[in-house]
Amino acid sequence: MSQYEAVIGLEVHVELKTNTKIFCNSSTEFGAEPNHHICPVCLGLPGVLPVVNKKVVEYAIKAGLALNCKIASFSKFDRKNYYYPDLPKNYQISQYDLPIAEHGYLDINVGGKEKRIGITRVHMEEDAGKLIHQGTIATTPFSLVDYNRTGVPLIEIVSEPDMRSAEEAIAYLEKLKAIIQYTGVSDCKMQEGSLRCDANISVRPAGQQELGTKTELKNMNSFKALHKALAYEIERQIEVLEDGGKITQETRTWDEARGVTLTMRSKEEAHDYRYFPDPDLVPLVISEEWVKEIQYAIPELPDQRKERFVRELGLPDYDAEVLTSAKELADFYEQCVKIYNNPKVISNWIMGDMLKMMNAGGLEIKDVRVKPEQLAKLLQLIDNGTISGKIAKNVFEEMFNSGMDPEIIVREKGLVQISDEGLIEKVVRQVVEANPKSVDDYKNGKKQALGFLVGQVMKLTKGKANPGMVNKMLSDMLDN
Amino acid sequence: MQLHYLTAHQLHDMLVNGEISSEEITLSVFNRIEQVDERIRAFITLTKDQALQQAKKVDLARLAGDKLPPLAGIPVAVKDNICTKGVRTTCASKILYQFIPPYNATVIERLNREQMVIIGKTNLDEFAMGSSCENSAFFPTSNPWDEKRVPGGSSGGSAAAVASGETVLALGSDTGGSIRLPASFCGVVGMKPTYGAVSRYGLVAYASSLDQIGPFARDVTDCALLLNTICGHDPLDSTSAPFDKTDYRTLLDGDIKGMKIGVPREMMGEGIDAGIREVIERAIDVLSGLGAYIEETTLPHTEYALPVYYLIAPAEASSNLARYDGVAYGYRSEKARDVIDMYMKSRSEGFGPEVKRRIMLGTYALSAGYYDAYYNKALKVRTLIKKDFDQAFKKYDLLLGPVAPCTAFKRGEKIDDPMQMYLVDVCTLSINLAGIPAISVPAGLSGNLPVGLHLMGKPFGEEDILRVAYAFEQNTDHHLKFPSL
Repeated sequence: MSQYEAVIGLEVHVELKTNTKIFCNSSTEFGAEPNHHICPVCLGLPGVLPVVNKKVVEYAIKAGLALNCKIASFSKFDRKNYYYPDLPKNYQISQYDLPIAEHGYLDINVGGKEKRIGITRVHMEEDAGKLIHQGTIATTPFSLVDYNRTGVPLIEIVSEPDMRSAEEAIAYLEKLKAIIQYTGVSDCKMQEGSLRCDANISVRPAGQQELGTKTELKNMNSFKALHKALAYEIERQIEVLEDGGKITQETRTWDEARGVTLTMRSKEEAHDYRYFPDPDLVPLVISEEWVKEIQYAIPELPDQRKERFVRELGLPDYDAEVLTSAKELADFYEQCVKIYNNPKVISNWIMGDMLKMMNAGGLEIKDVRVKPEQLAKLLQLIDNGTISGKIAKNVFEEMFNSGMDPEIIVREKGLVQISDEGLIEKVVRQVVEANPKSVDDYKNGKKQALGFLVGQVMKLTKGKANPGMVNKMLSDMLDN
Repeated sequence: MQLHYLTAHQLHDMLVNGEISSEEITLSVFNRIEQVDERIRAFITLTKDQALQQAKKVDLARLAGDKLPPLAGIPVAVKDNICTKGVRTTCASKILYQFIPPYNATVIERLNREQMVIIGKTNLDEFAMGSSCENSAFFPTSNPWDEKRVPGGSSGGSAAAVASGETVLALGSDTGGSIRLPASFCGVVGMKPTYGAVSRYGLVAYASSLDQIGPFARDVTDCALLLNTICGHDPLDSTSAPFDKTDYRTLLDGDIKGMKIGVPREMMGEGIDAGIREVIERAIDVLSGLGAYIEETTLPHTEYALPVYYLIAPAEASSNLARYDGVAYGYRSEKARDVIDMYMKSRSEGFGPEVKRRIMLGTYALSAGYYDAYYNKALKVRTLIKKDFDQAFKKYDLLLGPVAPCTAFKRGEKIDDPMQMYLVDVCTLSINLAGIPAISVPAGLSGNLPVGLHLMGKPFGEEDILRVAYAFEQNTDHHLKFPSL
């Protein structure tokens, strides 16, 4: 079998976090009662006119700048015409040939290798409403429409076909999400639909310059789904070609339950959107001063923060990369460092225990009940000998689950470390007397027997004995 | 007392002097409607109760000593494609037959602020697409000068209502001549303001880049007063222009000495009825006599206005009218089996033939592979047409010509021949494409039917137009001739 190379480009929709919709004053709040955030304008009633929300343009420019794009000095809105019941005007106001931002890029890191992914364009558009079916769309006797989301501002970010694997695509989307979150223009919550991703994908024999026929993949509702869908589609396309077949240009949908991609519509069924400039909106003329003002207000972005963590805190590249991958995580980390000035130790705790528990629980940093001060306090308890590092792990787990203060947990559970020399000596003698064989082994040169004896002491003290003291006392005793 | 042919400014004086009440004026108008509307059929909906309530409010305000705005208590009719909160707005279409807007158009808010009395909603060609008012899904409107003839369109109801004394003032909309043509056919004053001078918010869109709301009146002074009321910047309309409002009435002094007026030869040549040309030539003599300097000029791209219009307007319409799908409001076919079927049946049954024709034309013009050849090309030629006017206005304050190539034609005469119907707008279309203001002023009769004089001005040159129109009117008596009903 010859080697194939995948070619992937992503189209990402991001909901902007403005208070009001893109062309009217209705609220954008998520999760309201159906049809509570509507007005004649977003309902597209006869006679209404759109007026663009300046904040949307500002946010789109901000996102464009954060993605290293050139901001258009002249931009306009166009109508994308198609019929669907969740689209009350039966056209979507979008941008066609003069988007707000173009020619950007972002850098990803996969397996230690840096790669630059091109960003073709960023454009603004309005979101559609939501259809509610009874059961499935195929069998429902009627469908209801919720227009709350109609007119919520979106930006669509289109990448160049620069990704060569599902892993690169995931890295791109993660980086994109991080950058957008850092700018504060969107929450990028995939489960709430404020971040949505479609993929264009083709394969070609390695070394071939010419692109293969692509398919468009839709309906990936999580990073995991995107990864699986891409992996599946790459395999599927290779198989078709290996069997001497041809790839059909089409739109395919990811079937999460079955783990396959299925034909949604063929090229022939593709819409002719009949784009034309929206005559209800005047073109946008964007001044350099405004762009500068917005540029000035962009906070530190993931790459800059990572560099700073390496430079100022002495973190390894990998740690810095992981910790800056989400703004809230990096904020958490930095707050800890402010209180407890040992950057690497904190990094170890966050990247080890905390991220492991978060992943296991499917939690995000904002769901975590441990506060930075509490993690710092835990580390101070280790330093001042109140608890051992091993006990601290248990305490942290308790903190993670309950949100309680480490001191209270330690007190309530009686976990304070035993550092009383007399007490430890008593237990050590007891262990030495009870395990003559191990003592002999040690004296005969089997140094690993010491570990067993230390373990026995810890067991008897329920892990509370100061492990350093136990070690020293035992070896002193046996060596004499 | 016969009030129905008095003008708004005459009625205002009587109101202020306590010679008459707004209630009496309003009742007289409804009385007139009762007498003649059976024959004219200008109205789709009458709002008598609200009108009388509003009239009484104005009367009370006057009695309380409030200073009344110039048009307070004056009856006004509104074309039925302008949204009125709580009052059915049909666009003379089956598809919106039951549609009651939950909001007011900006112009309605302005009429309310002026304390005007809205008496009802007038007939039109469905969605303002037509030149004869015969495309109304409900009934055709008759020309008060000859009931067998059309009033012109699409704002035929508003023009006929003003001409027949069923209202004092009216609002229409003009996309390619829809105010000026019926004004010409019915012998009243009708004006299309500069694009952006009057808010389009609440005007049901036909072709967004061309649509403009404007006044109908029985004389130029009234026209200026209604324009004063409705124009001005509106933050709800992105295409509304921020400009300094002037009181147009104060500019009506009859002095046009030294004004330079061009007569585009393309608007006076072939295809214009001889009788029309005669009336316009007489008007030229009147204006020359008043000291205006008038000469022939040229707008070389005039012949392209019609094809350009019939690409751009339908293209925009095909998209603007996509929203009438039976989903959330408006007509929904009973027979539909699924969503696609609902779209197709609701629209097939809900729209009339002319609307369908334009939706299809526009859809075609915007389709992949045809966009550049049709829509895009049309945009480029539109720019050339605009440049013709820019060029002409470097030399002239105003342009002049006929509004239409003919007088009101008989009902049924052109309805089966769209091309003949479209040609009626040959003099008016280019004004909308250029976005400039223009007026139709009664200039006399040809074969006992009214002929309108077309005065076209620079962008936001409404004052020049009104000034010349007023001077012409004050030196002729055409505006004092009424149809015998």
